[in-house]
Parts: sequence; structure tokens; C-alpha cells
Amino acid sequence: MDIVGNVLPQVLKDEATEDKGEMARLQSFVGAIAVADLVKTTLGPKGMDKILKPTGPGQEMSHITVTNDGATILKSMYVENPAAKILIEISKTQDEEVGDGTTTVAVLAGELLREGEKLIQKRIHPQHVIAGWRIARDIALKRLRDISTENDINSQEFHDDLVKIARTTLSSKLITSDRDYFADLCVNAVLRLKGSSNLDYIQIIKLPGGTIRDSYLDDGFILKKQITIGCKRRIENAKILVANTAMDYDKIKIYGTKVKVNSMDKVAEIEAAEKEKMKHKVDKILKYQPTVFVNRQLIYNYPEQLLADAGITVIEHADFEGMERVAAATGAEILSTFDAPERSEQILGHCDLIEEIMIGEEKMIKFSGCKKNEACTIVLRGASTHILDEVDRSIHDALCVLITTVKNRRVVWGGGNSEMQMAAACEEEAKKVQGKQAFAIEAFAKALRQIPTIICDNGGYDSAELIQNFKVELQKGNITYGLNMTDGTIGNMSELGVKECLRVKEQALLAASEAAELIMRVDNIVKCAPRKRERA
Amino acid sequence: MSLAFDDYGRPYIILREQGSKKRMKGLEAYKSNILAAKAIANTLSSSLGPKGMDKMLVSPDGDVSVTNDGATIVEKMEIQHPTAKLLVELSQSQDAEIGDGTTGVVVLAGKLLEQALTLLDKGIHPLKISDGFDRACDVAIKHLENISEEIDIQANEHEALIQAACTALGSKVVSKRKRELGKIAVTAVLDVADLGRKDVNLDLIKIQTKTGGSVEDTRLISGILIDKDMSHPQMVKEVNDAKICLLTCPFEPPKPKTKHNINISSAEDYKKLYLQEQQYFVDMVKLVKDSGANIALCQWGFDDEANHLLLQNNLPAVRWVSGTDVELIAMATGARIIPRFQEITPEKLGKAGSVKEVQFGTSNERMLVIENCQCTKAVTILIRGGSQMIVDEAKRSIHDAICVIRNLIKDNRIVYGGGSAELACAIQVLQYADEVSSVEQYAIRSFADALEGIPSCLADNCGLNPITSVAQAKARQLQENNHRIGIDCMELGTTDMKEQRIYETLSSKKQQIQLATQVVKMILKIDDVIAPDDY
Repeated sequence: MDIVGNVLPQVLKDEATEDKGEMARLQSFVGAIAVADLVKTTLGPKGMDKILKPTGPGQEMSHITVTNDGATILKSMYVENPAAKILIEISKTQDEEVGDGTTTVAVLAGELLREGEKLIQKRIHPQHVIAGWRIARDIALKRLRDISTENDINSQEFHDDLVKIARTTLSSKLITSDRDYFADLCVNAVLRLKGSSNLDYIQIIKLPGGTIRDSYLDDGFILKKQITIGCKRRIENAKILVANTAMDYDKIKIYGTKVKVNSMDKVAEIEAAEKEKMKHKVDKILKYQPTVFVNRQLIYNYPEQLLADAGITVIEHADFEGMERVAAATGAEILSTFDAPERSEQILGHCDLIEEIMIGEEKMIKFSGCKKNEACTIVLRGASTHILDEVDRSIHDALCVLITTVKNRRVVWGGGNSEMQMAAACEEEAKKVQGKQAFAIEAFAKALRQIPTIICDNGGYDSAELIQNFKVELQKGNITYGLNMTDGTIGNMSELGVKECLRVKEQALLAASEAAELIMRVDNIVKCAPRKRERA
Repeated sequence: MSLAFDDYGRPYIILREQGSKKRMKGLEAYKSNILAAKAIANTLSSSLGPKGMDKMLVSPDGDVSVTNDGATIVEKMEIQHPTAKLLVELSQSQDAEIGDGTTGVVVLAGKLLEQALTLLDKGIHPLKISDGFDRACDVAIKHLENISEEIDIQANEHEALIQAACTALGSKVVSKRKRELGKIAVTAVLDVADLGRKDVNLDLIKIQTKTGGSVEDTRLISGILIDKDMSHPQMVKEVNDAKICLLTCPFEPPKPKTKHNINISSAEDYKKLYLQEQQYFVDMVKLVKDSGANIALCQWGFDDEANHLLLQNNLPAVRWVSGTDVELIAMATGARIIPRFQEITPEKLGKAGSVKEVQFGTSNERMLVIENCQCTKAVTILIRGGSQMIVDEAKRSIHDAICVIRNLIKDNRIVYGGGSAELACAIQVLQYADEVSSVEQYAIRSFADALEGIPSCLADNCGLNPITSVAQAKARQLQENNHRIGIDCMELGTTDMKEQRIYETLSSKKQQIQLATQVVKMILKIDDVIAPDDY
């Protein structure tokens, strides 16, 4: 019924709901802030981890995940609140785009909305808040770019920067105690790519057992497969043929073909023909004169035996990615037809040594001294699969950041330095702006400052004191200062060597402010009736 | 129950299953219909104008979308009320025909219905109201044409077009970058426009979205972007001076449509068949290669062997290119779509400056860009943004802007926005009302009131006092005889919309008023709603 007393007809479907104005806004603020609060304790070097437990029938409780990675936490969460979903979405995008800063982006968006809510309560129209945020965002972005520095890609400084960035990224993770070791490891892996950004070429193999310290970067390339029985286990100066072809039996590809025979003799003949066809194929392969044959598909005993007889080491059933990596590492071409043995020089891959190695309990094949040195392998060891998974995610983050840095090359100081500088820039601007927008610009500054504040809080330090001192240092002109999270003091970041990638910060700022704006603009939430699910 | 009695006084049922149906008649039906339609209009009214707010829509599966676009909102609301559904269609037909003004049309219809409700309460017959609205609509349309101005779309680097696009983008989440996006939209449309025929085939503008980056990174590619990569990881990633062979047949042994069986009964046949099979692939690749093509795009899949042969012959290829993309590439590069390998000839190849694979982000996603095509008749707008929702909304906004520009190319007459055109029409309609001596006079006057509802709604959304600002604007229009006075939504200090450069197309405005009037007339004619009870 409306105010006049007319009975309103039902317009939407049953169970569909519509929330308007304040109610809608309240809902989205609450949802977004809740999500941000949930992940904010993981922020910074002293951030805590979360245990994620799967729900639903069928799945055992046994498979839990322990992680510190914002994107992983948010992805696995089931939320119903639409605004919360937007935050999860931006965290995912951040993960895809730059690979790190996934927590920061959600926390920043949440803090922006928290400040925004206060402004709304002061009866400032959302559009004014947005207008202010837009000004603030541009100012912050400009300052961020201004304070970033760039080094030549081949210089020692750049290399040092990379190590520092990797250390900063890893410092918030489980492996923080070994971060120097892993930072070097990641930087070396990324530098091998020589500027290409294809993460596929860095393979990560996880093997439970040993300690985290036993992890290492292998400059060769390791394939998690076994050499077929009866072949040589060690090949020097290997010539490798990488193929993607059927080696079980050659299916007839012409449509509608059927083999129909009327006597046992004919069966034998066909069988012989089939065998001959395979023999033919093997012969063609032999013409390339490889010493190692790697195939993506299954190899049946007969061709395997033929190849082994010819002294060729056979590796079968390499998965697609593994095969691409072998090809990339050894400079081989992936073959499916074998009619050009004269090009054998270009087609065959080459490496100095192939051998079967044992890591922990598992046998693997190691290719070392490859022709093209792009691919490499990181072997991770650790006490349990949970630890390994988390280390894997951490290493992945670090690698992503490093690749982004190699592409973009600009770096900023870490330890909350960039956020504080951006906040300072916004505050300066707020003094010059006329109108209500100024409040929103100040709010933006406050939200930015929340990031170092939360980092302090997570470390158990007195954030109010530290942040104020931090502000003063910046005011004094010590622009390289930042939070020293080991001692709980303000320190010079250039001495501590805490650096971060500009691209990550940029993307976090842009994505968070876009998302906050998106949520702020909403004044109406219409929920359709949930689809009925048939219970099985 | 509608029972009637025959000549002998026996009751009989007119409507079967009367008990299980819901029925509303007369005034009750009118009012129920109007209230339902108004509910929709109310929801949309806060989205109108540059400071309009967005709606968050949660689909039955829990997916969230945030939008400001009227047509999208009503489509996703899952409305079940029959009359309210009429408004959904209203918004959609505006979207299909004009592409912009989908919110405005619903709000106007809502205002008209509101007026109709008071008239009904006064006891005026619905048909009289409907007639009055009809006549008022004619007057308004005529006046719109009178006050419309022709603009020179070529002048000053298409400034007028950019402004119109900015007006369309002004109400969206991307409004911060409206100028850049407006320019992108204008360039895109002009690239594909047929200015002689004054028409634009919007199919030639491909809008591709990719999350990541920010809205600023949105850019126009004077070519085609397809979400595919090379079929073999080791193929060259860049082809310059590309000669493109566009195929719609798979690199596989032929598959005749007629059902057939090949029976193999001897080892010889078996061997022969194998050789023939091998020959197929060799022939196919050879035919493509011989034509001089240096890249092959195929709508279907490749057999592993064929794929390798392509690599071996240094012929980069792309498989599973979608049908629409194939057509687009054909138009852009001047290629003929070739359905059979035997028909490949050098003349049928398309030409492009370069075809290359580009990579985004860390998740190793690649896309192909075809640039500098022979006939640059197709363009792609690549939209970037922080999340899927922003990208989706940006896509809808750019679509609106493109539609506006297309409409301007078709018909370069504009009216001024900011509610000024509606106000001018309202004044005209009001004058006309006094000349009418019959009952319709009231309806016509109400029509004018409804038109005023648009500027009032705009002012309301901008945080201005709707009553005073509309009254002021109206008074100034009359005093200065200036039909360009509207609502100063952006608080720029002037209410003259020509100075604010808020342009709207005449066609869109005309269509809005006409469509809204039609739907209202239709709703007013319904006096009986019969529906199954469980509806």
C-alpha cells in the first residue's frame, strides 16, 4: 500500500525484492566493508593467514587451504551481498592483471566506502562524493607516477630493484624467513625469460618432503614423467624430437570408414598392414635421427619397442604444457607429420644432457644445457601439501610482480610510502578545492592512509603514533621513509631496501576507486527470485 | 462470477473456470494497471540525467550487474505484472530503434499515467483522456520540429558529434572520461559510416571487452580484434603485409553430408586409404600456400597433422574463428569467404597491414589484432576496466553513444537537452489546450504537466529544488522567448543549454514522446484484466 492507501499491485515476481535509497546503500556499504574487514588482517608483512574449508556434501573436510593471498581467499568465499561480489571481482581482476596487491585492492575499496558512508551520513549527495573521489584519484595517480623511478633494464640497479621488489612481495607470506633466498630464485627465473612475459615457461614442481629451504631453481628443465623401461637413462648431447601424434594405433581419419572382412586371413592381413603403417611412421621418425623422442600421446608397446631397438629414448604421454615447455627449452618444433627429414636440423631440439633424477621419492627427467635457455623449473619442497600450495601461490605472486616490473620498469618505495605520499597529495589538493567535493578528497586521503595503518595494526604496533610520525618525516622532506615492520619504527626505505612495483600500485588504486564509485552510484538493488534448484 | 440468465431464468456461465481466474474490471482495472506501470517508472526515474544513480541487479543465479541504462534495468528486473511488462517493451523498442533515451521514455510514460490517474478520478472517460493525449502529442512533435536546429556534423572536427556523444555518456559511470570515450565513439562511427547514404552499419563496429587496466585504457583499433590465438604455439606471432585466406572448411578429411560407408576388406585398400588420407592434408595446405596467402583464418578446427603441416610450411593459422568475426574480417580486408579448398584463388585473399598476437596481464590471455586492413571498413573498440561490471556498463554506455552518433548522421537535427525541449513543448501544448473547447482540454493540459515532469525529475536527481527550478526555467523561456533554457544539472552557472552544449537528437526525442503516448493510450484502453489465479 502506498501513502494514499491505494493497494499496489505486485509488479515483480514472487520472492524478488527491491531495496531503494538508504536501504540499498546501507546494504552495499555493509557488504563491501565486511569483505574488506575480512581480508584486512592478512595485509602486510605481519598479516595473518586464513584457513579455507570447503562446504557442501561429497567433499571431505580434509582438503583445506591455508593462505595469505587475498585473491585466493576472496575467490573461495561464498557471498550473497552484491556489493561484496564487486569487491571480489576486482580482486580477481587484479590477480589476472598484475598478480599481486589483491588484498590491497579490496581493502582500499572497502576503506573508501567506509569513509564514503560517513559523508553520506553528513547528507552529502553520493554524486558529490564521487566527483571528489575522481579529483582525488587523479591527484593520487599523478603523485604516484611522479615519485616512481626508472632504471635501465640491463643495469645492476634494476637487478637490485627486482630483488628488493621480490623480497617485499614475499615478506608478507609464509616464506618470509627465507625471503632473500626465494627473492633471488624468482629474479633469476624471471630474468631467464629475457623480457618475455610468458609465465608458462617457468614451471613449478611441488614435492612434499624436505624443508622449504631445500627448494631450488633448476636452470635445466624438469619434466614430471618417466623414461620408458628399456631405454637409456642418461643421454648426452641429446637430439630431441618433440611430437604430437598418435602412437597407439593410427585411427583412420576419413569419415565413415569401416573395416569389414570375411575371413581370418584377411584379419591377419589387415593387422599386418596396421603394423606396417606404424612401422612406417617409426621409420620416418628415425630418419630425423633423434636420440630422444617425446610424444604427447600414448605410445603403444610395439612402436616403443621399435624405437628402443633403434637406441632412442622414449618419453610418452607428456602433457600439453609440458611438451610446449620442452619445445621452448630445447628449441624443438612440435611435429605431427614426419615427411621432412631434410629439415631435421631446425626441427630437432638440442640439449647437453638428459637424465633421470630422483627428487624425494619421485623420478623425473631433467633436461640440462638446453639450446634455448628460456624455460626453467622451480622445485618446491616443504613439509606438507598445504605449505607447498601456499609457497606456490607466494612464488606465483612474486613472479607476476617481477614480470610486470620487467615490462613497466618503474618502481616506488614500499613500507606504505607510496600510500602516504598519495594521501598527502590529496590533502594538499583538498585545501584548494571549493565546494563539498573537498570532503570527499579528504576522505580519499584518509582511506589511502588506512593501508599503512592496517599494516601497523596487524604487526601489533601503535599505528596512531607511527603514522603521525611517518607523516612528519614526509613533511620534513624525507621522502624515502616508510614503515619498518621488523622494528616497529619509521625507517629509511632506501636503506632497508623495500621497493614495490608501480604498476601494481597503479592498478590497485584505479580498480579500487572504480569499484567504490560503482557501488556508491547505486541507489536501488533489485534481486530477482533465485532460480529453483532441483534437488538430486 | 459472471453469471447470466437465459430467457427461462436459468443461470449459465459465460466464462469457463471462472473460479480459477482472477478478474478485474472497470476503474479498478485502470487504477491497478496504472499503479503497476508507475512503480516501474518510479524505479527508473532516479536514473535520469547526468546525476542519475545506478541500479544494482542481482540475477536469479546471483550474478551482479550495475547499470544506469533504462532498457537493461527493466529487462533484468524480471517483471511479471502484465501492464508493467508493456513498459519494459516500451523501453526495449526505444533501445532497438534509437538506442538511447531508454530511461527517459519510461519516465515520461510514468508521468503521463500519473496525470491520467487524476483525470480518471475526476470522472473523465479514459477514451477522452487518450484522445486528448493524442492531440497534445501531435502538437508537441510539431513544436519539437520547429525548435530543432540543423547542425553541421563536419564542422570543427566533428565537435557537435562529440558533444552529443558526451551528453549520452554523461549519465554513466564512465562519465569521467566522457570526452575521450566520446571521441573514440565518433571516430569509430565515422570510420564505418556511409556518409553518402547517410547510414551506418553498426555491425561493423565490434566492441570487445577485457577486464584489467582502467577505463582510460579503452582504445580504438582501426582493425579487428579477435579473441583467439594461433593454432600452433610455435607459429610466428606477427605477420606483416598479411594476405589473409578466410576459410569456412575444416582442415580435416572431407565429411560428405550424405551418409555413407567405406568398407575396407583388404590390406591393400587399407594402405591406399592411408596414403589418400595423408594426401588430403598435403593438398589442403598446398592449395592455401600456392594462392600466396601468408595467414589462414578458419572457422573450423584443424587436425593435428594439418596443423603441423601448416607450421612446417610457415603458414600461421587460426582456428575456430566465430562466424560473425569471419564476416567482419571479410568486409575489412576485402577477402572472400572461401568454402572449399579447391576454390582458393589469389584474388580471393584479403589484405591487411599486419596481423599480430597481443598479450594481456599475467594470465596469459592472447588476442589477435588485424590492423591496417585493405578497406578499413571495420573497427574495434577495446574496452578495459577494473572489473567485469564496469566493463559491461562501459560497453552499454558506448553502445548508447554510438547509436546517438549514428542517429545524428542519419538526421542532423538536434534539440537541446537538460529538459529544455520538454519545457518548450509543454508551454506550446498548454497554449493549445486553451483553444480546445471539449473535455479533451483537461487531458491536453495534463499532457503538458507530464512533459514538465521530465525537467522536474532531472532537477530532483541533481539535488536542486524541482519546483522552483522548473518554474524559473519556464518563466525565463516565456519571458525571453528562448526555448533553450533548461535545468542546470552540472551547476555550470548557466541554464542556456546551447552554452552548456547539451545536444540530443531530434529523432530520439520525437520517438520518446510518441512511444510513451502510444503505450499510455494502450494502457488506458484496458478495462478488463483476466488472468489465471495462480499468476
